Amino acid sequence: MNRFDWVNANSVDQALASVTDESSFKAGGVDLLDLMKDGIASPSRLVNIRQISGLDQISEDDKGLRIGPLVTLTQIEEHPAVQKTYAALSEAASRIATPQIRNMATVGGNLVQRPRCWYFRSEDFHCRKKGGTHCFAQDGENDYHAIFDNRVCAIIHPSGIAVPLVAMNGRAEITAKKGKREVALEEFFTSPTHDVHRENILEPGELITAIVVPASEARTAYYKQGEKESFDWPIADVAVSLAMQGSRCSKASIVLGGAAPYPYRAKAAEAKLNNSEITEDSARAAADAAMANATPLEKNAYKIPIFEAIVRRTILRAAGMKAEGVAA
Amino acid sequence: MPVQEQSQQSKDVKGGTKGEPKPVQRSRDKDQAKKATPAQPASHDMKVRSGIVSAAAQQDAITEVTRSVPAGEPDQLANNDELKFIGKRITRLDGPAKTTGRARYTSDVYLPGMLYGAMITSTMPHARIRSIDVTKAKAYPGVKGVYILQHLSDMAEVKDKSKEMASKYPIVRFAGQPIGGIAATSQAAANEAVKLIKIDYEQLAFVTSVEDARRPDAPLVYPAPAAMAATAGGGGGEEDVPQKGNVRGPARSRRGGPHGDLEKGFSEADAVVEGDYRTQVQTHCSLETHGVVADWKPEMLTVYASTQGTSTVRDEMAEVFGIPKAKVRVITEYMGGGFGAKFGAGNFGVTAAALSKQTGAPVKMMLSRKQEQLSSGNRPDARIHMKIGAKKDGTLTAMQLVSYGTAGVGTGAGTAGPTQNMYKCANVHTEEYDVFTNAGPAAAMRAPGHPQGAFALEQAVDELAEKLGMDPLEFRDKNDEHPARREERRIGAELSGWSQRHKAGADSGPVKRGLGMAQAVWYRIADVGASAEVRIGRDGSVEFMSSVQDIGGGIRTVLAQVVAEELGLQPRDITMKIGDTTYPPGPPSGGSQTTNSITPSARNAAYKAKRMLLEEIAPGLNVSADDLVMSEGKVFAKDNPSVSLSFKQAAARMKTDDVSATAKRGEDYKEAGGGRGRFITYGGVQFAQVAVDTETGVIKVEKVWAVHDCGRPMNPLLLENQINGGVLQGISYALYEDRVIDRNYGYVLNPNLEQYKVIGSRETPEIKVHVVENILGLSSTDAGGIGEPAKIPTAAAVANAVYNATGVRVRQLPMRPATMLAALGKVKGMTA
Ligand SMILES: Cc1cc2nc3c(=O)[nH]c(=O)nc-3n(C[C@H](O)[C@H](O)[C@H](O)COP(=O)(O)OP(=O)(O)OC[C@H]3O[C@@H](n4cnc5c(N)ncnc54)[C@H](O)[C@@H]3O)c2cc1C
Repeated sequence: MNRFDWVNANSVDQALASVTDESSFKAGGVDLLDLMKDGIASPSRLVNIRQISGLDQISEDDKGLRIGPLVTLTQIEEHPAVQKTYAALSEAASRIATPQIRNMATVGGNLVQRPRCWYFRSEDFHCRKKGGTHCFAQDGENDYHAIFDNRVCAIIHPSGIAVPLVAMNGRAEITAKKGKREVALEEFFTSPTHDVHRENILEPGELITAIVVPASEARTAYYKQGEKESFDWPIADVAVSLAMQGSRCSKASIVLGGAAPYPYRAKAAEAKLNNSEITEDSARAAADAAMANATPLEKNAYKIPIFEAIVRRTILRAAGMKAEGVAA
Repeated sequence: MPVQEQSQQSKDVKGGTKGEPKPVQRSRDKDQAKKATPAQPASHDMKVRSGIVSAAAQQDAITEVTRSVPAGEPDQLANNDELKFIGKRITRLDGPAKTTGRARYTSDVYLPGMLYGAMITSTMPHARIRSIDVTKAKAYPGVKGVYILQHLSDMAEVKDKSKEMASKYPIVRFAGQPIGGIAATSQAAANEAVKLIKIDYEQLAFVTSVEDARRPDAPLVYPAPAAMAATAGGGGGEEDVPQKGNVRGPARSRRGGPHGDLEKGFSEADAVVEGDYRTQVQTHCSLETHGVVADWKPEMLTVYASTQGTSTVRDEMAEVFGIPKAKVRVITEYMGGGFGAKFGAGNFGVTAAALSKQTGAPVKMMLSRKQEQLSSGNRPDARIHMKIGAKKDGTLTAMQLVSYGTAGVGTGAGTAGPTQNMYKCANVHTEEYDVFTNAGPAAAMRAPGHPQGAFALEQAVDELAEKLGMDPLEFRDKNDEHPARREERRIGAELSGWSQRHKAGADSGPVKRGLGMAQAVWYRIADVGASAEVRIGRDGSVEFMSSVQDIGGGIRTVLAQVVAEELGLQPRDITMKIGDTTYPPGPPSGGSQTTNSITPSARNAAYKAKRMLLEEIAPGLNVSADDLVMSEGKVFAKDNPSVSLSFKQAAARMKTDDVSATAKRGEDYKEAGGGRGRFITYGGVQFAQVAVDTETGVIKVEKVWAVHDCGRPMNPLLLENQINGGVLQGISYALYEDRVIDRNYGYVLNPNLEQYKVIGSRETPEIKVHVVENILGLSSTDAGGIGEPAKIPTAAAVANAVYNATGVRVRQLPMRPATMLAALGKVKGMTA
């Protein structure tokens, strides 16, 4: 690990004032320190934002939910209002990593963490995302890579909470020296075709200061499938939000994780559910539609049947129906 | 018949556990083999019980046999239910030290003035090093020494040195290969300095998969036939096998060997099944990585080592540095797992010792997790072609196995053990090929070759039974003569509700459940030179001394039980001094030999020391030493209640400060009249219940019933720990673990514990352990071993259960969702 300066910021202003082009904000440090130890990141300065007060609260009112960026995944998992009204979010947080990691990991850090692609994470490969010219996953070991938008860079976005947050129309409040802006999370995450070197629109020196989720009557559900349950990354995960009118769905929102370099909105699937009854058949049609345009690589076509199963099951569960399955 | 007998005679071999299971009696090295055999003390005939205690089948139950027992050894122990400590669930003596963090592992050792080491490793999969520039590294603040290895151990070498490529440094043959090391005043400085080493590589073409390496035009990993020196425990296959290109083999001479006429056997068969099986590379993933603290002083090299063999590390250090064994001391107070990969000095250990010699300071060298995963050993992968046939009545008539596997730049990828040694069959033929690839060398790993071999064999056996319309247990009863396994099948069937088992694929929903079973075979291995000393002080204190190391199995506790049982004391009364080559040499802990090897030495030494004490004090008590008994902390005369002392009082009557006795294990008792050494195997039968999600490919193991034998169970609590661990490592192998190498660039992509997936708490099924008390009457404790048998059948049992659940055979490991879905035909363009 390289030598670096350490700055403790006590306020957002101080954090913004301390940051230089070569520095990184440090929240829980779970991802950042791993990147540094593995020689993938070498910031010359760490600006510790962990001590800034007031950014570690969850508040709820009739407009919705406001989550401070230093809220931990454990807080999300355990918060009664989140559990009750934003079930998919609580569920997603609870399935991330281990209890120890969830106690350290923050919402801001989780959304901004870098991808886990093993080529990106290995010092042995200078891949496109790191400034090289090649995506080694294209013709390499791509079992765990994207099945959509995977031709420039085949990473999947790592954030588990981003999946329900996008499905719930969550927004990020971003603060820079020049002021604040609010961006829908759906636009916050970007495609490698836009800029392969990053996964979101955040400019250097910009801080996420809140995540806002609008209030909604929609019913939500989330499901993550890994190869094992204990601290494994998802092969595939899905968040479903269904606004219901009686037994009909008036608006569906279906977002896939583990599918693309960003939380992937399955619009074709949503279209199958909008203004229709939620049944085994409509759920299946939606799940199949979600996968219709997948472009798997050599070794990850197996994700397609998995998505077909978990999207269907999660739609049914969001609608309050049962769906049998074995957890992993 | 109490124990399985086969025709093969045992022979002594050099080294500890090899990549291949080796014959029965062994001694650590040639010197010892010589020492152990001659001048055998006079022996006498003794009647001993032999057989399975409380066996349901009368034929396997206890019988009395006569054995020839060396003079000076005690009578056979009673059955466990009549003993005080042996066979009892005694908690670990060192439990509190471990749970409070007081236990000192190698990584916890800090010596005054100690330097921190870091290894320099190759960044190329195959290359000739033109030059190494260490100037910048040497100048880095805090750096005290740089050492470049001139010779590497734990990997194969070209046999005819003149045929090796000309090179100033060892040829780099895998990415991550050790090149040397740096010692500095802090770990951070050492790590940074490593990055400043400049290595000029001439890149060479490389190959990383068995399939590619077998092609006639494949790049050669070695320019000429190569072999792996049999360092203790360090993998390695048979020595004299032919090699063509990267392919070394066939090795045929496994115990039992090829026998009969295969063609005839298959022509006699009414049903034949044939299939191709694939298993992956598994790494050891010991919690504590490999490492040492080496302290080179002119008078003595002291090495704190995370090792399974204090004596084997001592021997190798002495050999490498050309110093007498007496000038090397190896200490292993506690160690965090080895699973077969930790016997030798290791390139890291040699580097540390060399750096300590160079700098005059102790050097700590613990491998990083990445280095651990890349260079410290693994279980080779396998491609097995298995063909077996049987008559209508179930009699096996022929078995054929051809396997190719890669141990990377090592050898030892054979898988024929189970096929050769599990079932009775007149016509058996096996061919094993090692395929060199540019990947990290294999090392022995928990039952080398056997989980792979069992995965193929036990599925084939189930398939054949089904084809013949027989129940898998009935088929095995017909062909398997091992008495313990017979009993284990019966017990396992009862526990698991086998009679209720449904037909394959019978469940209707997307989630299907199934029950399957599979068997283990492993070998009774003992270090005949294993030695221990018991000393009784006049103050009543008792010390036990042996260099044997407790690698987590709990031998420290078991040995205290044995000594306490003999002396009538409590296990906690015995001061345990182990894990230090200052004491009499213990066995290496591999091959499931520790308990079998050292508990007889312990009991014999305790018995001798007891006799010495009793003989000293008997005259003063006006009784004969033969009439004195030690029990419940007392010494008393059998028939004279007036003679009764506490142990302490008795010890105080000694004329000298202490009495002490050393005993070696020696060979297994022979049949009276001098029968031949016998080839004895352990069994083990596991049953698994799984749930398979046929839409997502997820397999969950819900329950495992593990029924095992290991001679006399010495401590059921610790035994269950071992079996639980074996089952978990077996499930992990079956479903999750897989070392992945990028085929285009030759780098391991998952040298960590995140993407190399090891079973976790949520994958842990309910495990029910049942241990059969199998008294063999072959040593003074009747102890056997369990570490390895416990892992052998698990993956195969899970695969058979998956078949029972789904009606689909998965012949490839790990059975991850992708594999299962492909086997179910649910992935476009993929099959398994
Ligand atoms: C074994 C393991 C398994 C895991 N499994 C999962 C999983 O299944 N799903 C999942 O989602 N995650 C998983 N994780 C990742 C983990 O959740 C993230 O590393 C963690 O959430 C990062 O949060 P942090 O607060 O520690 O971020 P840090 O490491 O402190 O920061 C990460 C990045 O975010 C930036 N950052 C932090 N806060 C802000 C902010 N407010 N504004 C702008 N930038 C900011 C930092 O500058 C840095 O670049 C796993 C991790 C491990 C080790």
